[in-house]
Amino acid sequence: MRRATAVWILVLSAAGCFAAKDSCVECHSAIGGDLQAPADQIKHDVHTRHGLSCSACHGGDPGSDDPGIAMSRARGFVGRPARTAVPRLCARCHSDASFMHKYEPRQRVDQYAQYVTSIHGKRIAAGDMAAAVCTDCHGTHGIRAVKDPLSPVHPLRLPDTCAHCHADSQRMSKYKIPTDQFEGYHRSVHWEALAKRGDLSAPSCASCHGNHGATPPGVASVAAVCGTCHVLMEDLFNKSPHKPVFDAMGAAGCVVCHSNHEVLRTSPSMLAGPDAVCSQCHEGTSAGGLAATQMGALIRKLSDALERSDAILDRASRAGMEVSEAVLRQNDAREQLVKARVAVHAFDPGAVEKPAREGLAIAAETYQAGTAAMQERARRRMGLGLSLAAILITIAGLWLAVRRLEARGRESGG
Amino acid sequence: MRIRLGEASESFRQWAEERLGLKEVRDFLAHKKVPLHSATIWYYFGGITLFLFVIQVLTGILLLLYYRPTPAEAYESVQFIMTRVEFGWLVRSIHSWSANLMILSAFIHMFSVVFLHAYRRPREVTWLSGIALLGLSLAFGFSGYLLPWNEISYFATKVGTDMAASLPWIGEPLARFLRGGDDVGGATLTRFFGFHVAVLPGAMTLFLLVHLALVQKFGISVPPKVEEAAQQNRQPLAQMPFFPNFFLRELMAWYAALGVLGSLAALFPWELGVKADPFAPAPAGIRPEWYFLAPFYTLKLLPSHVWFIEGELLGLMAFTLLGVFWAMLPFWAVDRQGAVRTRLVTGAGVALLAYLGTFSALGYWR
Repeated sequence: MRRATAVWILVLSAAGCFAAKDSCVECHSAIGGDLQAPADQIKHDVHTRHGLSCSACHGGDPGSDDPGIAMSRARGFVGRPARTAVPRLCARCHSDASFMHKYEPRQRVDQYAQYVTSIHGKRIAAGDMAAAVCTDCHGTHGIRAVKDPLSPVHPLRLPDTCAHCHADSQRMSKYKIPTDQFEGYHRSVHWEALAKRGDLSAPSCASCHGNHGATPPGVASVAAVCGTCHVLMEDLFNKSPHKPVFDAMGAAGCVVCHSNHEVLRTSPSMLAGPDAVCSQCHEGTSAGGLAATQMGALIRKLSDALERSDAILDRASRAGMEVSEAVLRQNDAREQLVKARVAVHAFDPGAVEKPAREGLAIAAETYQAGTAAMQERARRRMGLGLSLAAILITIAGLWLAVRRLEARGRESGG
Repeated sequence: MRIRLGEASESFRQWAEERLGLKEVRDFLAHKKVPLHSATIWYYFGGITLFLFVIQVLTGILLLLYYRPTPAEAYESVQFIMTRVEFGWLVRSIHSWSANLMILSAFIHMFSVVFLHAYRRPREVTWLSGIALLGLSLAFGFSGYLLPWNEISYFATKVGTDMAASLPWIGEPLARFLRGGDDVGGATLTRFFGFHVAVLPGAMTLFLLVHLALVQKFGISVPPKVEEAAQQNRQPLAQMPFFPNFFLRELMAWYAALGVLGSLAALFPWELGVKADPFAPAPAGIRPEWYFLAPFYTLKLLPSHVWFIEGELLGLMAFTLLGVFWAMLPFWAVDRQGAVRTRLVTGAGVALLAYLGTFSALGYWR
């Protein structure tokens, strides 16, 4: 491997020396049609920016204008690499830490090692030509850095890139896996955070499945995958009575209630009411059903109280009243709502009650502040009305006095 | 009893007369006249500006009871005034609205002086003292804007002092003097507070006394057209006694101004905004108070370089020249024979008004 890398470095160095002369780009730019596309795309390629060119992957001699020499086997020309050879071709550089250090010192070099353990890598190794290789996700001649918003693996574009194959029912039919993941993900809170709020740290496909080592999380590892972000929920769930029961049933933890791709915004109706997920297993009158109803009612009550306070504070604020202290205090109540929602994963109404009660007390306080502000506004308007009336009466009195004065002046001939 | 009351009143009048010389004041007021013509209404704006300044002084003193000029306490103290102090919201709102109305009224007064040609001989110094008063009012606005220490005021002051820094030679020292350091911070707030409550009120009082004394000395100017018409018709100029006729009318205008002020304060209380965070990035849409919008927008439109001069520097130099030219209006408004170039002055006034109006509107909407 070391010797191969050394030879490859020599080839790349030679390519770098002849950077001024690149017959591949020159000829392909003039050919037109499909063969011209690579020459156009490579202008934006991250490798080109680092001084690498076509010959780094395809071999050959870019210093020669003679196509016969430039693309001769004698000059190392490999042509279009076989699909199965692509991962190894990329890995020649990307798995070599000392080589990569020259260009991207902080970039990982375990992509290939992960890839061979992934479902894609295993299928390619088994000769399945439809399985994904590096170029399917990263592109071929116009490869961009992951942080480049135009890269197909940029966080905002990654779900579309995965969906290109995984939402294609015809392509997926032979694997017998569903193709509605992307559709479900599009309705999820994770997608909302990523696409609508622009939060690039929000989870997309690779966050749960891995990127180069892409594999579906097994039943046992679902809670661990969700727990990488939702630490407190995972901790409470693991200590809860549901954990051993779900394990025994072979149920995939979080997914049982929240689904996998279509992770919707949680609401109290998940706990109580006709659409409650708890009712899938618990009768409404059972201890579990009653506990769920109680938790749902507490969260709904706090959520409604917060909404009520928000509405009155918003009205007061729009009326120009100074309620910033109460608005800030609302954040404390919201924090309690988050705590109450987290506490649901202990499946103990007592754990939910404490933050819910605290939040309700704050919401009552902020509502009172909003009401006081609106009453103050009404008092101000009343005061303004009375003041304006007094001012108008005074102006009218002055006007009459002026009129009388001037009339007297005219009478006296002044 | 009635006789006794009458006697007491008379003896008090005599006592006061001996000590205060009220007769002289009464005689002075009885002889003081105000020209009466179709443009007399514009005479009220000087008085309205004075009235609003008095409101500023009174509400400013009340705010001083609670305001604390440090970055750690300024915002909170204004918040305290607005939420906890009885009628604090009203005092603060009136102070802010009155500041804006005072500057608006001062501008109206200035343009009425221009269009009625009241700056002409012998009132050149009256005009200059008025220009100084307008400049001081703008300085009041600029220094007062920072005092609540909120996000908008902080960054607007940063932009304003940055502009001062771009002036040649004096720019850097001037900006350092204004900020009390390299950047807008606690020292700037303390300094601006000092300017706002001590330096500027002192200077304003001085110029105001000079301005009022000169108005008293030379009386109220009559527009040239009115004078000419009176001469042609061989009729004396129509006048009304200052006291009580004009005074009572002025009082009506003050009451009306008070009504407008109270309505604005009660219906649109002046916002406090978000506390300034010097480490946060400047929020989008930072702009100064409306009376600085026209030069602000003009500077934004200028390219970074015009020939070899920096665009901002060129703009500031142009504004300085324009200011000096405008202040010198009484001296270029008359020809060598002493006749007023009314068309030229009216044209310049209309042009300036159109520029200020258009660019302020553009600066506000864009």
